[in-house]
Amino acid sequence: MIDLLDKFDSIAAERQAVLDAGGRDPVGVVMSEVLSPTRAIIAGRETITMGTYNYMGMTFDPDVIAAGEAALRDFGAGTTGSRSLNGTYASHKTCEEALKEFYGTKYAMVFSTGYQANLGVVSTLAGRGEYVVLDADSHASIYDGCSMGNADIVRFRHNSVDDLAKRLGRLPPGAGKLVVLEGVYSMLGDIAPLAEMVRVAKAAGAMVLVDEAHAMGFFGDHGRGVTEAAGVEDQVDFVIGTFSKSVGTVGGFCVSNHPKFEVLRLVCRPYVFTASLPPAVVASSATSIRKLMHNHNKRAHLWENTRAMHAGLRARGFTLGTATAESAILAVIMPDQATTLAMWQALLERGVYVNFARPPATPTGVYLLRCSLCAEHTADEIATILAAFDAAAAVVGVELKATVCAISGQQSPR
Amino acid sequence: MTRDAIFTRIVELIEPLNKKGVPLTDATSFANDLEMDSLTVMDLVANIEDEWDIVLPLNLLPELETIGHVADAVARLQK
Repeated sequence: MIDLLDKFDSIAAERQAVLDAGGRDPVGVVMSEVLSPTRAIIAGRETITMGTYNYMGMTFDPDVIAAGEAALRDFGAGTTGSRSLNGTYASHKTCEEALKEFYGTKYAMVFSTGYQANLGVVSTLAGRGEYVVLDADSHASIYDGCSMGNADIVRFRHNSVDDLAKRLGRLPPGAGKLVVLEGVYSMLGDIAPLAEMVRVAKAAGAMVLVDEAHAMGFFGDHGRGVTEAAGVEDQVDFVIGTFSKSVGTVGGFCVSNHPKFEVLRLVCRPYVFTASLPPAVVASSATSIRKLMHNHNKRAHLWENTRAMHAGLRARGFTLGTATAESAILAVIMPDQATTLAMWQALLERGVYVNFARPPATPTGVYLLRCSLCAEHTADEIATILAAFDAAAAVVGVELKATVCAISGQQSPR
Repeated sequence: MTRDAIFTRIVELIEPLNKKGVPLTDATSFANDLEMDSLTVMDLVANIEDEWDIVLPLNLLPELETIGHVADAVARLQK
């Protein structure tokens, strides 16, 4: 017998080497208690979380929890069924209504995760003989949607409008095309030049899908994302989003004004062939989405926190993924895996949790500590985190340069 | 462009990425011999597309294991 797991031996050995060296497992963190949107107990220690994408801090909102509790009591723990059969309850429709209201669209479709929303919509929209044109730094769920479908897949250089135009220009004029963009790219926290990209895509006769997972709630006047901030809502055909970031629950969705949109409920396999979200999750999500429509103070506080953290890290000489705070994600660039791991662990030992990220999840082979801010982080917490970065860098011996070179540098259209 | 000329140009594009100095022949494999990860291969493919102004869709990559496979594909697709 060939052991089918042998092919992963080198990956297993790399992880074992980290553990043997006395390190903590960066993909094995357990939160034994969660105290608030910004605090958890990790390995017995109260820790400030700065790597949760819980941008608006809705996870412990009393109204969101009350809605979930009521639905759990009244509708049960789970639906045990597909949206297409016995798995659509009143609360799923209420949640879709909330999304339509939030985005000002005619249609909304809720999936069980954000990953499945991309997997389903990307794989279903473009078929054989048609093209998906995607940014090189696209999220894994977009790449996997491409792998699952039958379209030809064309990749353009990250955030390059010229490269997108050039690659679209090589495709047959008569073929169907879907250009897939993201508002905020989740590794470096840089935003897309959506106005220019959408113009180029439309000029080539393509339909446009924008994933706003990391932008919902705090970009644009209504919090609809970079699409709204860039003023191209009327030209974007499909917006994909998630409940597992600003909304504070779990689930995915697609919203659109396309008159034929509803047919996707019949042909999209990751929508049809999986169980729907539990009633408590959709009830909590609907309440959270409605509250996000009016949370201007939280929005402002999230941006204040993000700018303060960006300025604080820059002042200390850390290299960041973007020259300014373009989104609520800040990527602290590290020189190599050993330094990244040591720094990650030193921060955890000082009560600060951030994400450890390495290639191939990161672009251009960079190692980074990914930080994401929350509207509920206090000024004291920001100060504590910055002090922990100081202390950790001193212990680890991270070289801090006064001049910060950023990897990406889009202007924010916010 | 002849297939030989295409092969020669592809080798020139690969050489900066050939850190171990592996001999580059028709049979040289990107994953096994050159030990390129998928991101490096995709970036190389982008350069090859630009060199000949062609489209090499990512879904074709599993069939393009060696330099020879890529040279054949370019010869077929070139204008």
